[in-house]
Amino acid sequence: MRANYKVEFASGVFLLLGIAALVWLATRATDYGQEIGKETYNISARFINVGDLRDRAPVKIGGVTVGMVESITLDPVTFEAVVHMSVASRFDEIPSDTGASVLTSGVLGDRYIGLEPGGAPDMLVDGDELFITQSALVLEQIIGKYLFNTGSDKEE
Amino acid sequence: MERFTGPISQAGQCVLFLFRMLAGVRFSGSQVLTVLQQTYLIGARSLVIIMICGFFVGMVLSLQAINALEQFGASDQVSLLVGKSLFRELGPVLTALLFAGRAGTSITAEIGLMKATNQIEAMELMAIDPIQRIALPRFAAGVISVPLLTALFNALAILGSVVFSIGVMDLDAGIFWSKLQTGIYFEQDFLGGLWKSVVFGGTISLIAVYFGYSAKPTGSGVGTATTNTVVLSSVLVLIFDFIMTSFLT
Amino acid sequence: MAMMNDSMTDNLDSEAPIIRIRDLVFRRGRKTILDGISMDIHRGSIVAFMGPSGAGKTTILRLISGQLRPDEGSVEVNGQLISSMSDRELQHFRRNIGVLLQDGALFTDLTVFENIATPVREHTDLPEPLIRRLVMSKLSAVGLGGIEERMPHELSGGMARRVAFARAVVLDPDIMLYDEPMTGLDPIAVSTIRTLMRETNKALGLTSLIVTHNVTQMQLLVDYCYIIASAKVAGEGRPADLNVSTDPGVDQFMNGKVEGPIPFHYQPPTSRWGLLD
Repeated sequence: MRANYKVEFASGVFLLLGIAALVWLATRATDYGQEIGKETYNISARFINVGDLRDRAPVKIGGVTVGMVESITLDPVTFEAVVHMSVASRFDEIPSDTGASVLTSGVLGDRYIGLEPGGAPDMLVDGDELFITQSALVLEQIIGKYLFNTGSDKEE
Repeated sequence: MERFTGPISQAGQCVLFLFRMLAGVRFSGSQVLTVLQQTYLIGARSLVIIMICGFFVGMVLSLQAINALEQFGASDQVSLLVGKSLFRELGPVLTALLFAGRAGTSITAEIGLMKATNQIEAMELMAIDPIQRIALPRFAAGVISVPLLTALFNALAILGSVVFSIGVMDLDAGIFWSKLQTGIYFEQDFLGGLWKSVVFGGTISLIAVYFGYSAKPTGSGVGTATTNTVVLSSVLVLIFDFIMTSFLT
Repeated sequence: MAMMNDSMTDNLDSEAPIIRIRDLVFRRGRKTILDGISMDIHRGSIVAFMGPSGAGKTTILRLISGQLRPDEGSVEVNGQLISSMSDRELQHFRRNIGVLLQDGALFTDLTVFENIATPVREHTDLPEPLIRRLVMSKLSAVGLGGIEERMPHELSGGMARRVAFARAVVLDPDIMLYDEPMTGLDPIAVSTIRTLMRETNKALGLTSLIVTHNVTQMQLLVDYCYIIASAKVAGEGRPADLNVSTDPGVDQFMNGKVEGPIPFHYQPPTSRWGLLD
């Protein structure tokens, strides 16, 4: 099949253009490649309730993304949600008594984990767990509290 | 009775046709070259219409989205709304419908005409399998082309959205991009849409080659087959879209 | 060429007919297209099938090429029974058959060169320079050297027919089947094709079977002629003999008369399948 050169060239251009568009979309218009860095270490935290927090949600300190949520599992004994996070290794001086909360960006935005650094001299290392946590605010519970003014200790 | 069994047996024939095509896959140099050639003929020639449509769909989406979001003071969410709807639904579906109209018809008409002018019979008499030689390259080219066209459609639509939202409505470019990069999920939105467009490409080009191949070898027969290609592939694209969306999310 | 296959060597007796058809019956639905046809066609001859449209002439060609299978009776080519061949054997068998279909049936998406080269590429492993030489020699044999890069739609009807002819003979077949090779051509092109058919038949030692309506051209070209009407052989013989035949059916056809044994009136269901031919 000796197809003419123009046709081969044009189909090549089309293929390249299409693949370029794919790559551009993937890298510029999705969360792909928004990794926090190659070197990370893992920490975890327990929450009574994580709301609609998702995998790959950002982990922020003072509004700056330092890591992301790797996975969310349920502790079968305590029925707490265990959130595993990976944090970029360049942020390796986070005090060990740092607290974690499930927060919402804006009124209707996505959930993220906000870290509030404490003052302890020890730093977090790979595999550490955060003990000071605050669960997601669930709208129905807040309304319920307000209406009946009944305090429940569910939220620390 | 025929009214009910007819479509079913046709669907069966269509599936058998697919298997006969797949059995002809060789990965030989000449076959790859024919596929490339067809990719040019049916893919590259749909390029301009796809890009123009994508650009304007992006603009009108942003226009509508900003109108709606403004009422909640949330017009900076526009890129997220436009991006999600593009990646998940509009990109794959609109590209597939345009492709069915632009390339699907021309595939059916071309093969039908080959049949009407005895070219298919001539191949059989030369002991050449016309399914492998004629149908397979066009099918493969369709499966390759549609995802690439969808990507170009999406890219141009986002560009259209940029032009309208940032250029016309003066929204902040940084917020626009960061909303996309945090809100659009690579696996769910991007790969999900890509997977859809592969299925759509396969569906449309299978129907197009099958209808062309089974067309009555007359002028009106080819015309009917061409119409049927557009109608059936558009309907199937929308049905498959619903089915796949319900499984993907 | 190497294509002259092994089966021929068993059958070198040149007196034996190359095609032997016995009591052939072919039906489509309830309509009998061919009803008990027998004929022997000898190697090297040019034979015509004539008759009114819908009489089953093209069907005979399709039964010989193995596209259709008979309901009863047998078709033997080179001593091989076509009707019992598997698809694979049939594929192999067809390499020894060249077919020129109505209107030529050139592949519209390929150049003239590629059209002629297609059977060669498909069935041989010849290197590119050899293919080129083979194609160019066939192309100049039909008097069209220099048009190899044109597309089929750029050719006149007569040129397209000649290109299709070159494609049909490119693998040097044993048997050539022509389905109305002269229809729709101007008188010069008709003569050109006729001369090509005659000369190629001689030069390559082919056996040619021709379905045609053109009585004058048939008389100039063929050695033997079968007239098929109403699913049977209505008459046969050398053209000169047929011309003076007193058989009313033969006379009607050869001289184009309205009245005769071949009915003027459309008779369902006997001519329902008239479009098949």
